[in-house]
Amino acid sequence: MLEIKGLRASIDGKAILNGIDLVIPPGEVHAIMGPNGSGKSTLSYVLSGREGYEVDGGTATFAGQDILAMEPEERAAAGLFLAFQYPVELPGVNNANFLRTALNAQRRARGEGELDAVQFLKLARTEAKRLSMPDDMLKRNVNVGFSGGEKKRNEVLQMAMLRPKLAILDETDSGLDIDALKIVAEGVNALRGPGFSALVITHYQRLLDHIVPDRVHVLANGRIVKSGGPELAHALEAGGYAAVIPEAA
Amino acid sequence: MSAPSGPLAALKAAADAFVADYHARKTSLPGDSHVRAEAAALVATQGLPGPREEAWRYTPLRPFAEAQFAPARRAEPSAALLARIPAIAGTRLVFVDGRFHSELSGVPEGYRVTTGEPAFGHLARPAEEKLVALNTMLAEDGAAIHVPAGTDAGTIILASLATGAAVGFHPRHHIVLEAGATLTLIDLALGDGEYLSNPVLTFEVAAGATVTHLRTQDEGAGAFHLSTVYAEVAEGGTYDSFALTLGGKLARMEVHARLAGPNAAAHLNAAQLLGASQHADFTTIVRHDAPNTASRQTVKNVLTGRSRGVFQGKIEVARIAQKTDGYQMNQALLLSPQAEMDSKPQLQIYADDVKCSHGATVGALDADQLFYLRSRGVPEAEARAILVRAFLSEALDPITHEEARAAMEAAIAAWWERRE
Repeated sequence: MLEIKGLRASIDGKAILNGIDLVIPPGEVHAIMGPNGSGKSTLSYVLSGREGYEVDGGTATFAGQDILAMEPEERAAAGLFLAFQYPVELPGVNNANFLRTALNAQRRARGEGELDAVQFLKLARTEAKRLSMPDDMLKRNVNVGFSGGEKKRNEVLQMAMLRPKLAILDETDSGLDIDALKIVAEGVNALRGPGFSALVITHYQRLLDHIVPDRVHVLANGRIVKSGGPELAHALEAGGYAAVIPEAA
Repeated sequence: MSAPSGPLAALKAAADAFVADYHARKTSLPGDSHVRAEAAALVATQGLPGPREEAWRYTPLRPFAEAQFAPARRAEPSAALLARIPAIAGTRLVFVDGRFHSELSGVPEGYRVTTGEPAFGHLARPAEEKLVALNTMLAEDGAAIHVPAGTDAGTIILASLATGAAVGFHPRHHIVLEAGATLTLIDLALGDGEYLSNPVLTFEVAAGATVTHLRTQDEGAGAFHLSTVYAEVAEGGTYDSFALTLGGKLARMEVHARLAGPNAAAHLNAAQLLGASQHADFTTIVRHDAPNTASRQTVKNVLTGRSRGVFQGKIEVARIAQKTDGYQMNQALLLSPQAEMDSKPQLQIYADDVKCSHGATVGALDADQLFYLRSRGVPEAEARAILVRAFLSEALDPITHEEARAAMEAAIAAWWERRE
């Protein structure tokens, strides 16, 4: 689904990613763990096309396409979704309208028919209910006045509605209490299947108890320094990064 | 020796030309000739607002002074121009090049409308506002609207259509709401080409009456729109307005609202959406002259190209006006590096127990918000349109007249399509 080779990227001339190699096959969930400043968020932004990040080398192929050459909206329409670490507030933009605009923009880009207001609301209400979100969250402005947990749930709601092929979850667990964490994890697990892959970026083992990954990678200094099965996350939890990052030892 | 030149000379020459026009036609101009003669004397001595006047510092009238405007004649609007009046339920009062056009207008029910001569009223102050003196001197027509006590007059669509002849017109409207009356006035200034539209509207809002004044200025690309509104609001009355500026080459809307009785309120919300080298100025003077009065101003500017937006908001609180609640916010979204916003808030407070706040912000579209939308699949152009519309929402959302708001939304969307 996603194949990253030798990806290097910088911000303002400062190298952050120093040659990432990562393959996420269809249907698999991979986790990336790593200390602060290791490049986790940068990787998610480079993959989703945020401005201000310079790609200095390497490739990233998503569903057979060179995504680094695509606009952010094209990447989204191709099936890439980023759940933001800090979801952005959009005052004056109604959440339901936002979701419908996004969904229909993607459907249009893919040559599919648009959903009308009735079809859309039915779908949105079903998904919101599944995430234990009150209906009024659809009526409010996007993320405005939402608690930290509500914002993260709203990200997962968007993901559930947009049905991406690959979701990057950037520290979706941060700021969540255990109940919200479970709801979010269930939202992700509900999407799991042969057509859905995920890259879960997290500091903590906790989230990975609920979204059990197929593979775990440790990112340090802009490189993947160790990969393994779910047991790697447990080892990190027990021994810290020092146990697996040679430079930090 | 050479003739004096420069902006002041141009303004003087323009004022002289208007006065000459008045003298040539004064016997045929309808309405109170005494009021008119007094105004002519003012124009002859004071001329037009100049760049050295504080109130006109940001809006130089030189381009206006250098243009020439013939007196307006009776004209017929094109079908295309007529079609720009949105389909809103209500009584239409249509003015073409400043003259009332009865065939295009409806018949009011339950209240009185008089046309055929300027409705001078008694609220305007030609001695203080030079353009009001100009209007008074040359006004030829207008609507006098009188809504009796306790009457809901529904919606009036007051449409000014300019055919694009290089003419100047100075309509003069006076709107009276007796106690407890209500009226929504949809005030449209639409046109093509180059001309001068210099209307004056005065509102007398009696106790407990509410007038909702929803304005759309979408004049021709070469037009000058210089309008002045006076609203006098008695106890418990409300002057509730929203003004959308889209058109014109050089535009100024000046609003004087006086809260004369306790619990009177004024809402002076506005949005100015400008492009190319357009210049538009929204100037308000709100006077709190009684206790427990409230004023609200949310003014939004979206500026592209080399356009320039001006907001001047003055709040005066008299000593007697305790418990005044005044709020003023002016925000500008600059979509191009050449666009410019000038903002001048002014508070003069003589009472000691008041709540007055004001603020101003100028910025570009938020890069994080733009990326958030795009990351969800929304194309950049659409994402920008969404954020611009969101920026305007605080000023637009309070409009409760659904049809009028929908028409304004459509006008904004059309502006967005044709901008740059």
